[in-house]
Amino acid sequence: MADTPLQVTGRPTKQEETVSVAEVLGDAAKRAVASVQDYALLCGHAVANIFTSPHYVQDILEQMDFIGAGSLPIILLSGFFIGAVMVLQTGSQFIRFGQTSLTGDVVAIALVRELGPAFTGLLVTGRCATGIASELGSMLVTEQVDAMRAMGTDPSRKLVTPRLLAALLMVPLLTALMDFIGLLGGCAASVFSLRLSAVEFWRRAIDALDFADLMQGFTKPVVFGFILATIGCYKGLTVRGGTQGVGRATTSAAVVGSVLIIVADAFLTKLSLYLADKVF
Amino acid sequence: MSIPTKEGLGFGPAITFEDVWVGFDEGQVLRGVTFQVQERETLILLGETGTGKTLTLKMAAGLLAPDSGNVVVLGNEVSEMEEKELLAFRRKVGFVFQEGALFDSMTVGENVAYRLREDGTAEGEIEPRVREVLRFVELEHTMEQVPSELSGGMKRRVSIARALVNQPPVVLYDSPTAGLDPVTSQTIITLILRLRDVFGVTALLATHRLQDGFALANFHFDPETKRVVPNSQNGDAAAAANAARTRFLVYRDGDIYFEGEPEEIANSEDPYLKRFLV
Repeated sequence: MADTPLQVTGRPTKQEETVSVAEVLGDAAKRAVASVQDYALLCGHAVANIFTSPHYVQDILEQMDFIGAGSLPIILLSGFFIGAVMVLQTGSQFIRFGQTSLTGDVVAIALVRELGPAFTGLLVTGRCATGIASELGSMLVTEQVDAMRAMGTDPSRKLVTPRLLAALLMVPLLTALMDFIGLLGGCAASVFSLRLSAVEFWRRAIDALDFADLMQGFTKPVVFGFILATIGCYKGLTVRGGTQGVGRATTSAAVVGSVLIIVADAFLTKLSLYLADKVF
Repeated sequence: MSIPTKEGLGFGPAITFEDVWVGFDEGQVLRGVTFQVQERETLILLGETGTGKTLTLKMAAGLLAPDSGNVVVLGNEVSEMEEKELLAFRRKVGFVFQEGALFDSMTVGENVAYRLREDGTAEGEIEPRVREVLRFVELEHTMEQVPSELSGGMKRRVSIARALVNQPPVVLYDSPTAGLDPVTSQTIITLILRLRDVFGVTALLATHRLQDGFALANFHFDPETKRVVPNSQNGDAAAAANAARTRFLVYRDGDIYFEGEPEEIANSEDPYLKRFLV
């Protein structure tokens, strides 16, 4: 069948009459490998398109608006309360040792290294990877993607690359905002709940951070942006089964995207800590 | 397998399918299909749902590769081309999708202008060309509307306008009248007929309505009166040539069941072919 980056490859054409458990497992494994292959191809084409013309600047700007500006309210609101909760939880423990002033350190390190990137990645996946999957899936089932190809446009270049670029640029910026608003929420909680000085909180929070923390905190969102955009596009462009399939693809984009972000987070944390120890 | 040739028209083949096989998980859809469409000819592809009509069109446009066999369109061996080469090739082929497949986030004008913008046409040249082609399908007034505001028939007409805007020599129609009322269907067929007679496009038209094919075979567009008239009312050579340019191909169970002229299918006593006459 067609050897395009947007179609599932390796579809067998023979109908099996009797099916054993081994065959079922074998087919499932083959499908899984084919899916990984298709996903890798989609990612490869999308990245290669960044370095070659033409570029769809208007589409990139639209996607930056959708992913970046569109996600601001949930990032700001969640970030503020995540920071506040962090302070309340850690403060209640520090009170026992009379070390409430350490909350600034803990909240800053936790937010910048881990919670900011992870929560931003998960929240933007929930909002945007699903949106991308449903939009592209709907385009696929209504033959708009085929129409695009029929008119000589590469859907990978027109649909995937702008979304990937927008996510790569916007998720780190959203993470920076999440970190700042989280610290603001933490500061508010520490002032009103722990009766700490705001100046002291900020001084300790800033002093606690070093270059390695910032590197870790801004490398992760780039990877998370890559994951959420490519998973959203892949799930959307491999929809099967009409509008019902679009619904399944949307759910799948949220689930697979979130799980991959959490798994990637674990590996990136280990790698960052290793590099921080060896390099910085 | 040898390819049948149509003699007497004086044109070369625009589309050639040679021993084309294609299938999915559910089984084979096309089994060694071989046919040709000559330049400026209209081939009506008839068949029941699921017999591979749309697949044939998609293979002709290079949207789908056959499992085996050759597909040659305008001298390009489509079945062997890389996706990158196909993108350039597809600009020479117009495709009218069954449901229109208009980009729902764009206005009608933007939909029609899409191909011109992709080709890098100067902005000043785009609007007059879009207006001209929308005027051809009598929908110039819808230029600023979005597809969701249009009726099914209007969407098909916009789709035809979009396929035509860069004047491709070959146009592929996927069930252009499916799901439309008889009056709207007639409007679409009239449009296809005008296209054939005014621009001389080669067409491959998939349908399950035999009357669409007969309309194309038995009528022609008179440029003097600017009306569609029956061939019998105008016995000139042009009308006869138009009629000769329409042929029928019927798919059944993955094979070509019938290939021939309009009168052959009209006079056929074959019970399967007669089902399309109802």
